[in-house]
Amino acid sequence: MSCLDIIADYGLRSIGLGERLLPRSDFTLCHQFTLIGSGMIWNIYFGTLALTSGFILATLLALGKASKNFYARKLSGWFIFIFRGSPLFIQFFFAYFLFLSLKQNFTFLSPLTSAWAGALFVLFCNTAAYSGEIFYGALQAIPKSDLEAADAYGMSGFSRFRRIVWPTMLRLAWPAYTNEAIFLFHATTLVFFSSFPAWQQRGDALYYANYFADKTFNPFIPYPILAGYFIFLTLILIGLFGLANRKLNIHLPKDKHTKIKFRIRLIR
Amino acid sequence: MFEFCSNPENLSGFSWLSCYLTTPKHMNLFYSVGTVLLLLLITAPTALLFGFGGAVMARSKILLIKVFGNAYISIVRGVPDIAFFLFFVIAIDQLLEWTRHKILCPEWSEPIRQGNDFVVCTIAKLPLSSSPQWIHEIYGFLLAVFTFAIVFGAFAANVLYGAMRAVPKAQIETAVSFGMTERQVFRRILVPQMWIFALPGLGNLWMILIKATPLLFLLGVEDIVYWARELGGTKTAKFTSYPHGDWRVWYFLGLLVFYLAFTRISEVIIDTLMKTLSHGTPTLSGDLQRQVGR
Repeated sequence: MSCLDIIADYGLRSIGLGERLLPRSDFTLCHQFTLIGSGMIWNIYFGTLALTSGFILATLLALGKASKNFYARKLSGWFIFIFRGSPLFIQFFFAYFLFLSLKQNFTFLSPLTSAWAGALFVLFCNTAAYSGEIFYGALQAIPKSDLEAADAYGMSGFSRFRRIVWPTMLRLAWPAYTNEAIFLFHATTLVFFSSFPAWQQRGDALYYANYFADKTFNPFIPYPILAGYFIFLTLILIGLFGLANRKLNIHLPKDKHTKIKFRIRLIR
Repeated sequence: MFEFCSNPENLSGFSWLSCYLTTPKHMNLFYSVGTVLLLLLITAPTALLFGFGGAVMARSKILLIKVFGNAYISIVRGVPDIAFFLFFVIAIDQLLEWTRHKILCPEWSEPIRQGNDFVVCTIAKLPLSSSPQWIHEIYGFLLAVFTFAIVFGAFAANVLYGAMRAVPKAQIETAVSFGMTERQVFRRILVPQMWIFALPGLGNLWMILIKATPLLFLLGVEDIVYWARELGGTKTAKFTSYPHGDWRVWYFLGLLVFYLAFTRISEVIIDTLMKTLSHGTPTLSGDLQRQVGR
């Protein structure tokens, strides 16, 4: 069987297209590359959707935590505390069993017990909390003079937020937010190891890498392949966020651009 | 445990709960909290040691060592840590068995990797198949600790490397002008001064380490996640005197609260430590303290 056949059979296996049975013997390098790559579809799905939807909630959380309203402040503070203070792994387990028991009373919630919706929801809350804290920090660091200038121009309310506060907040938060995005994509590998079932063996990249390591009893091939895919994904992310960073800093002279620096904060 | 627990059918409310939570099986859950704390206690200093080694290597003047140190530090960059955990546990195990095999059975002629099997001679097995269960458990735990130390050592190396670079150059130059050798500068000036710069990063790392402990479950150790799943599952009256439905959600709620409390307490302690240690240092928070006059 040539490699092209394998790609045709297993290239979209993780979303249920192509061959039904996973390979059971005679694992070639091509099998491993194809299936693990196919699993990356899930990682990208979880990462992209959680990041974009989480971005909106994160902005709201940051504004809530900085607001003068007592209830908004407490609510967003506790939300951030709960999701940042506990391990993502436990959050996944808890959410899965919670959805499982909710399902018995509310049947319309049953999609939440499958990974595509339930795990996405947890990742959404989790990344919103982490980025909310980052945005909150940036909000506190907005130069006073910027706000005074906005006042002097007669801006107030929403127009001041949209034109001054929000862009400045993003600009200050962007390097940290880039790291958050990278680690969110890494965190997506936990999904299928935390009770959420990989229905019909449709799993993510780590799920398949683990499958090969178990079957061949040789970890030295599948995990480096997985590592290669993730390094590639990380590089793409850094590139995309770098473009956005340039856009955010376009009015500043080149040497004043905030550089994207790598900082660790990995397992969540 | 308590005397009134001898007949669970007659119990209700609080006394039922107190009996239920003290069954021998639940004791396993409480012991596994001890396992988590033990893991933290062993891993934290080991990872710090690995990190120190990595940082020193990355600063080395010899190219090969420098490259190795930098490679070790940068494994944290692009790859999910869970992949490392899953990888190292098998890889270290196979590495040990392979080495023992080469030493103990030199006359063995068959290849070790036979298709999908990893075959070593019986006396090279780790732990020996004749050894009791607790040896197997301890071996598994030690493998997990070592894996944690390798991965977190890389993170610690990242922090310490940055901290070593943050020590003001003037301090080093002064030491050199006093005639200290490179080793003396390292031991007397650089290492004592770097900690204050490393502390925020190390504090962060400690929090990450706490939040990584549930991953022990993935490494095959019977930890709190394992027991919460076991104990929370539906129990029928046939097998236990404390039958109940699916309570896993409550068990994991308990774990969630446990971790929230743990991280919160650590956070407060780290903040206090930070304030005490940055007193009188040439850092931002030290400066702030001086201005306020504390």
